[in-house]
Parts: sequence; C-alpha cells; structure tokens
Amino acid sequence: MKSITYIITLSMTLFLAGCRHDELVVPTEYDIINDVPDPETSIRGFYLVNEGNMGSNKCTLDYFDYFTGLYARNFYAERNPNVIKELGDVGNDIGIYGSKLYVVVNCSHKVEVLDSHTGTRLGQVDIPNCRYVRFYRGKAYVSSYVGPVLIDPDAPKGAVYEVDTTSLKVTRKVSVGYQPEEMEIVDDYMYVANSGGYRVPNYDNTVSVIQMVDFKQVQQIPVGINLHRLKKDRYNKLWVTSRGDYQSRPSRMYVLDKRRGYNQMIVTDTLPFGVSNMAIRGDSLYFYSTEWNNYTQSNTITYGIVDVRTKRLVSDNFITDGTDKEITIPYGIAVHPETGDILVTDAKNYVSSGTLYCFDRQGRKKWSVRTGDIPAHITFLKRQDHE
Amino acid sequence: MTLKSITLLLISSAATAPTYLASASERTDTAGRNLQELVVTARNKSEDVIPVQTLQGDELQRLNSNSIADALRYFAGVQVKDYGGVGGIKTVNIRSMGTNHTGVVYDGVELGNAQNGQIDLGQFSLDNIESLSLYNGQKSQILQPAKDFGSAGTIYIHTRTPHFEEGENYHARAAIRFGSFDLINPSVLAEIRLGRNVNASFSAEWLNSSGKYKFRYRRVNPAGELAYDTTAVRQNGDINATRLELNLNGTLKKGDWNFKVYNYNSERGVPGAIVNNVWRRGERIWDTNSFAQGRYRGDFGRFITLNNLKYASYRTHYVNNDDKQVKIDNLYRQKEIYFSTANQYSIFDWWHVSLSYDFMWNDLNADMYGFAKPDRFSHFVSGATAINLPRFKLQASALGTFIHDRLKGQESPKDKQEFTPAVFVSGYPLRSPDFSIRAFYKKSFRMPTFNDLYYADMGNSKLNPERVTQYNFGILYDRVRRRVVNTIRIGADVYYNTVRDKIVAYPKGQQFRWTMLNLGRVRIKGVDVTALVTVNPVSDLMLTLRAQYTFQRAIDVTDPSDNYYRDQIPYIPRNSGACVFNASWHGWNLNYSWIYVGERYNQQENIRYNYTQPWYTSDVSISKNLKIKKVSLRAMAEINNLLSQDYDVIINYPMPKRNFRFTIVAEI
Repeated sequence: MKSITYIITLSMTLFLAGCRHDELVVPTEYDIINDVPDPETSIRGFYLVNEGNMGSNKCTLDYFDYFTGLYARNFYAERNPNVIKELGDVGNDIGIYGSKLYVVVNCSHKVEVLDSHTGTRLGQVDIPNCRYVRFYRGKAYVSSYVGPVLIDPDAPKGAVYEVDTTSLKVTRKVSVGYQPEEMEIVDDYMYVANSGGYRVPNYDNTVSVIQMVDFKQVQQIPVGINLHRLKKDRYNKLWVTSRGDYQSRPSRMYVLDKRRGYNQMIVTDTLPFGVSNMAIRGDSLYFYSTEWNNYTQSNTITYGIVDVRTKRLVSDNFITDGTDKEITIPYGIAVHPETGDILVTDAKNYVSSGTLYCFDRQGRKKWSVRTGDIPAHITFLKRQDHE
Repeated sequence: MTLKSITLLLISSAATAPTYLASASERTDTAGRNLQELVVTARNKSEDVIPVQTLQGDELQRLNSNSIADALRYFAGVQVKDYGGVGGIKTVNIRSMGTNHTGVVYDGVELGNAQNGQIDLGQFSLDNIESLSLYNGQKSQILQPAKDFGSAGTIYIHTRTPHFEEGENYHARAAIRFGSFDLINPSVLAEIRLGRNVNASFSAEWLNSSGKYKFRYRRVNPAGELAYDTTAVRQNGDINATRLELNLNGTLKKGDWNFKVYNYNSERGVPGAIVNNVWRRGERIWDTNSFAQGRYRGDFGRFITLNNLKYASYRTHYVNNDDKQVKIDNLYRQKEIYFSTANQYSIFDWWHVSLSYDFMWNDLNADMYGFAKPDRFSHFVSGATAINLPRFKLQASALGTFIHDRLKGQESPKDKQEFTPAVFVSGYPLRSPDFSIRAFYKKSFRMPTFNDLYYADMGNSKLNPERVTQYNFGILYDRVRRRVVNTIRIGADVYYNTVRDKIVAYPKGQQFRWTMLNLGRVRIKGVDVTALVTVNPVSDLMLTLRAQYTFQRAIDVTDPSDNYYRDQIPYIPRNSGACVFNASWHGWNLNYSWIYVGERYNQQENIRYNYTQPWYTSDVSISKNLKIKKVSLRAMAEINNLLSQDYDVIINYPMPKRNFRFTIVAEI
C-alpha cells in the first residue's frame, strides 16, 4: 500500500507542477541597440521579416527604431492579438508603399497589409504561393508560383498579381514564366525573373517583360537557368542572378541593359562569379555568394562589392574585421540608404534564432542582435514628417 | 482471476527466457488455457537479464488504443510522435536517442525502411496482436538474429498464435469497431487445425475513417482577455486501409516452423500543419506494404537453430494536389530480401553461446529526377554468450556489420564496417528472490538512410553512421503473494546515453537548401520508473494499477557557440508518465488511463517562442464479457480525451477533442 501512496503522491506532484495554462499571445521581446541616428535623417527604422521554417507558422516581424534604440523582436502577435494563428507560415518578402507595410507570407498564401508606422493590421490579400512584392503607381505587384489559369495542371505557369493599394483587392493578373521570383519596373515595363525551380532539370531561363499599360507579357528574354534576384540600379540596368543547377552549372550574375535607341533589354554582361543575394546603393552593388563545396563539406562564402558602372568586382570582402567567420549562412542583405551601413542576416541552421549584423561602410561590425528564425528581408521606414 | 494477473505479470519475463522461448511461452493466451505455461513462467522469471516492459492479452485490448503506437505510450522511456488522427503518422523514440535507433520486430523479423529508417506504427493495428514488448538494449536471449543485436532499443510485436485444445479444430472471431471520425473498422480472424502438427490462421481487417474531428486554438493576452478562440474541423485526414495476414504454423519432432504472408494497403490524406490562412491541404499517400516470411526452429538438445527468411516490398505513392502549390507526384518502391541463421549451443546448462549471421539486401527506386537508385548489401555477424547462475546472470554480445551500397550512374560510397559490443548483467544481491539489480552497457549505431545519403540535392553520400553508447543501472522489486495485495512490482532504471555523429540537416549553398552532416552530439540522462500493483480485495474483484514515470534530460552538446548549446532537444519532455487503473468483476471491466507529457520545446532552442505546453489526457473504457452457448461476446465502449483537452503533440498538428469508440467482438 505504501507504493500506492507513493505513486499517487508522485502523480499529484507532477500534476501540480506541470499543468497546462492558458496559451498566451506570443509576447514581444526588446533589445537595446546603440546606433545613434543623424538628427537630419529621413529614416526612422527598418522592418525585418523572419521566414520561419515551413509548417512551423513562425513567420515573424522584427522592428528596429533608430530613434528609440529599441529592437522589437516578434511584435506582430502582440500588436495584432486577434489574428488567428498570427502572421503565418514562411515569410518571403516585405515592402513599404505609402503608409502601408506589405508582408508576403508564402505558405499562408497571403499578403499581409499593416500600417507602416504602428504595425497594426489593415487587411490581407489572398494570393496563392506568393513570392515577392514591388510597387508602381498606386499598385502593388506580387509574383506567384501559381498562375490564374491552369493551362497544364502538372506544370502551372506563374503569375504576377496586381493589387490596388487603396482597396487591397486584386485588380489584374498576368501569366508569366515558371515559378517567377523578383521583379522590377523600368520605363513602364515590368521585368520578372522566372526560375522554374520546381521543374528540375527543365529550369526556366527567361526574364518576362510585362507591358504595364495593358498588363500583358510581351516578351521573354532568355538569360540563364533558374533565375532568382532581379534588381535595377540607378542607370536602369537590371542585375539578374541565376542559381544554376547546384551541380555542374554554377550560379552567375547577368546584366541587362537597353541598346541605345532600342526599347528592348538584352544581356550585356555575365559576371564570372556566383551571387546569392544583393543590395544596391548608389554605384555600389553589395552581394554575398554561398556555394557548397562537396569536397570540403562546407560552404564557401564571399561578401563582395561590384561597381555598377564598370561591372567590376571592387572588393571581395566587404566585412573587414573578421566577423564573417561568425556567420554560418548569410540569408538577407540591405544597405541603409543614407549612412551606407550594411545589414547582413545569418540564418544559422534554419531552425533556430538567427542574427542580424550591422556593419559600417568600412566593413566593421557596429552591432548585432538576435532575430527570429531565418531572418531574411528588410525594408526601411521613413520618418513620418519626411514622407 | 488471480492466476490471470500473475500470467500477465510474469509471462512478460518468460518471453525472454532462452530455454523456454519458442512457441510455448510466447503463446500467452487468456487465463485458463495456460496453467501449464504459467508454472513454467513463474519458475523462470529469473532468467530475465534485460529489463523488459510488456503489454499483452486482455490488458492490451482493454487500453484505449487505436494502434500499436497508442499502446506504446504506456511504456517508460518512450516518446511517441503523433501527427494526429487515425491516419496520422506515428513514430516512436526510445530514451531520446531518435526514431532510427528503434528496432521494430514483427513476429520474429525486423521491419525495415531503408528509405527513411522510420516505421509508422500507426499502420499496425492491435486487432490480432497478442503482446507488445519493449527492450532497452536488446532482447535477453542470445538465440536471435544478428540484426536484433543491433538496435539501441527494440519493440517486439507478437501476433496471436493458434492454440487448440483436444478436440478443437477451429476458432473464429469477428469484431467491429466504430465511433468518432466516422470510423468503421471490422475485422475477422479464423484459425483452423489442418492436421495434428499444422495449423493455419487468417486475419483480415478493414479500416475506414473520414479523419474529421474538431480541434480548437485559443489564445489570451497577458491581461486575461481573449485574443482569439477558434474551433475548426480537421480536413484531409481520411484513411481507407486493409490488412490481410495469413499464417501457417507447424510443429516438428524437434522444433517448429512458421510461414507468414502480410499485406497492408492504404490510401490516406495528409492533413498537414495548421498555419495561418491554411486549414486544408491536398497531399495524399498510397501505401502498399507486403511481405512474406518463413521461420524454422530446430531444437536438438544442446544445439538450437533459428532460421528466418523474408521478402518485402513497399510501395509509396505521394501526390500533392493542392492547387495553391506546384503539383508533386512521386512513386517510391522498396524491396528487401533478408536471411538469418542463429545458432545456440549449450556448453553446460548454465552456459550458452550463440553465433548468428544475417544477410540483407535493400533496394530503393523513385521516379524522381537525379535520384541515385541505391541498393544496399548488409552482412551482420554476431557472437554472444549467456551465463545463468542462480544468483547472477550475464549476457555479452558483439556484432559486426558490413555494408556495401551501389548507386546507378554514380560512384558508390566507401563500404562501412562497424563493431558494436554489449554486456548485460543482473543479480540477486539479497537472499530474497524478489529483489534484483541489473546493469548494461551497449554500443550501437544507425546507418544513414537512403534519404540521408542519396536524396536528390539534400543527401550526402559521405555520411558516417550515427553512434550511440548506453549505460544503464536498474533495480527491480517483484513480489507475488496470494493475499489481498497480490502483486507488487516496482522497477527503476537510471541511464546515461550519448549520441555522437548525429545526422543533422545543415544549411547548404544558396537560399533555402539543406544537406546532411554528422554534426550533432547529444547527452541523455534519464530515469524510468515502472510500477504494477494488483489487489484482490474480495473474490472475483481484481484491481490493477500500472504506472510509469520517465525523467529525461537530453541536451544538445554539439558546439558551445550554438545558441541552443546544452538545451533540451526538441519534443523530449523532462517529465512524462502514464497510469492505468483497471477493475474487473464478473466479466465487467473498467479501465481508466491517464497519460502525461510535460512541457517541451518544439525546436532546438529552449526559448519561449519554442515552448510547447504539457498535455495530459484521460481515457476511459468499460467492457462486458458474455458467453452465450459456445460464443464469447465482448462489448466495449471507450471515451478518449475525456476532458476534451486541446493539445498538439507536434506543433500545428492539433489532436482530437473528446471522442468515442465502440467495439463488439464475437468469438467461437
């Protein structure tokens, strides 16, 4: 009988110590970062979206405010407690247009629209398998892996959705190549990088050209296989990256430009190195590249700068103080438009908190902070009085 | 009734006794028939050198369990990963070492999955299962296939074996279960005596369920105000499955044999994670698993031989029909050929040696681009010895494993060889035979699976095996009396395990891609406590209380610079346990079970964003046995998750609220 008493006592203790309690709204955490802004700056802070591993529903938003020095980690749920299952699954892009902040949540098949200054929810736009967002003349454009009409259900083409930024309704759709990724708009034409990443080994290799007036695809420019990034510089040249096939065909970066007197973009240069991600400020294109080396069983990572005028590599390591050795896997990059500070995120092993690093223009670490899982995409917020 | 409980208690040890192993003591039927065996069992419980936990017979059938995975939750040291519902995948992890270190043996032959190394125990119903045993380390008999010496822990599943009294020529049983989730689950079993020494059994089962159940997510803000509260119905969790099983059993003058054919066929939806804005998914899986296996055991006095042969074929068809995602349609086919010969020689009555050799061939074919189409040749050689003295037992074994993989159109990786020893001792330090102590040391490993090695883009053919070392010390107090308190059995084990070269996913190259590396290191300290008490206050009333408690501190010690260094590994609670209370009286049976899984973290870092709440469920069942002429009838009603707790075992995979099940069984 003693043992029965013992067992009952034990289970009672367990019961009291390990009871369930109400599931609380995910709380925000704050860190203080000392990064004093110029009083004349027009930048108030930046938002960082953490992708979160697929199925974990851990897409989170962080916000850093240069004026308060507060880094707010995972503030969405606390700011919007009534949203069922929070921000969603796998964030993929973020952008600000006017007073609205747009977060593309890939596996939740939606674009979340927030007030860019308060972070409170204004609504959502349902777009299946959405990838990236860009803005043009009062509209948001969202690339999506799934087109509006399934011509071939086994190999659906992707699409770009046009969303009215006032009504938050989808106004137009256009079918593009396979699994479209980043976009840019130059002279009333949109250029979309098509990857075809789900069609191994038959990758797509084109940039789709969409005429904005009637929102029609007018051309597909062959560039390279498995395209991903597409950014324009201040001379309206396009910088497009190819992921390669991860085996025999390496990652590359291509430059697209218009011939004098013509309106068509053509590939003018192929840079002889891989690029995983990039950010352009002025004439400098900051990039990093990560390539897996099967022989050493490790990643080879380069942090470089390209001069967009000469298209030459001017630095092969913009991190000069050795901090690059701390970074496991760089995943996001952004450059402060005024100070030129470089923000680089480290996604670590994809299933634990990442780190955001800030480097000054000389490549010395200014600060770093813990983020959510897979910190990836950054957008800067302007001061309200500077809008 | 008294005898019955002793049977339940003691046959668990008997199944492991080398000399009595065979068919006799494994044929653990209901009370009356087994008087003879009981005696044998009781005398030989001391043969048990390795701690074993067993659930069997009526006790197993009375638990509120849909599948073998559900029943395993009542064992100490076991964590079940359950993705929810009837068709949801369920895998087990013994003592935090990882699913792939767990061997699952079905009627004497290990179930394999060379593709991902995980056996979905949700696919195995309890319908014709006679007993379920869990051994930490290995089974405490040395006459066993070499492969059985290889796992860090093994689950043995025994199906019902026919047993005929004089004059009996057949048994038949029909059962139907129905209940929540639109469950319909009829099954039949026929056992026929074909001759004096040969009998056959045939078992068939059909399972159909919509998998629909209500689940609820609720959050409050720190001030206690409701943030959201939503109840939805789980979608795409339907299952339609059939199981067919044919057995031929024979006894020979010196030995016995068995032949089995098994076929499982299912179509199920994969309900998927519940995330913001996604309440329904379109993934479906079709499984066809078939195998045929034969066993011959020859008993020639001092020499015993045990031989097994198996051919298995597994086909998995995976389709993603979700119109928001890119369509996927993949077919995987696995084949396995297995042969084993185990031989034991008794030098003296108290000293046995054994030598076993196993050969296995695995082949995986998938219609995916860039898939290497591997096949694998494995050889296992084991030598073992057992010493059984009245107050001291010892078992020592060594296993050599030799693996050769072939790839189509690619260079094959280097061959792998591993030697893994194990030593088990137990003894009676006191004069009383009620109290025993035991200890073991074992090294084991798991081979990287075909997915780890060769999966398109992600696999890494340079992987080494993942290695585990276990140290265990335990005590057992086991007393049987013919008094009010009938049986008291309390066992406790403390253990220390290390996992080295753990195979983990590592980010690779550009963007979101992975590869597998031998990076991880885990240290596990744990305590398992099990208790069983049977009380017989008045005649015909039998009360049984079974309890288990598990403490585990399993920490990641891979790299001090990781932000999860020394954190508890994902989904391993520090505290977990279960209690089962049973009362039986004149054919009535009341069963209450309570399962507790303490707080866990759903990712490596032990931070509040990864915190997962404890869960505990109460299940109740009541049953009545009747006998109308020659037909035995049993009716059972179950309520699961009585208090309707809303919980996730795996984050974003909600479990059902309160649900019901009814069973009617008729047997002649």
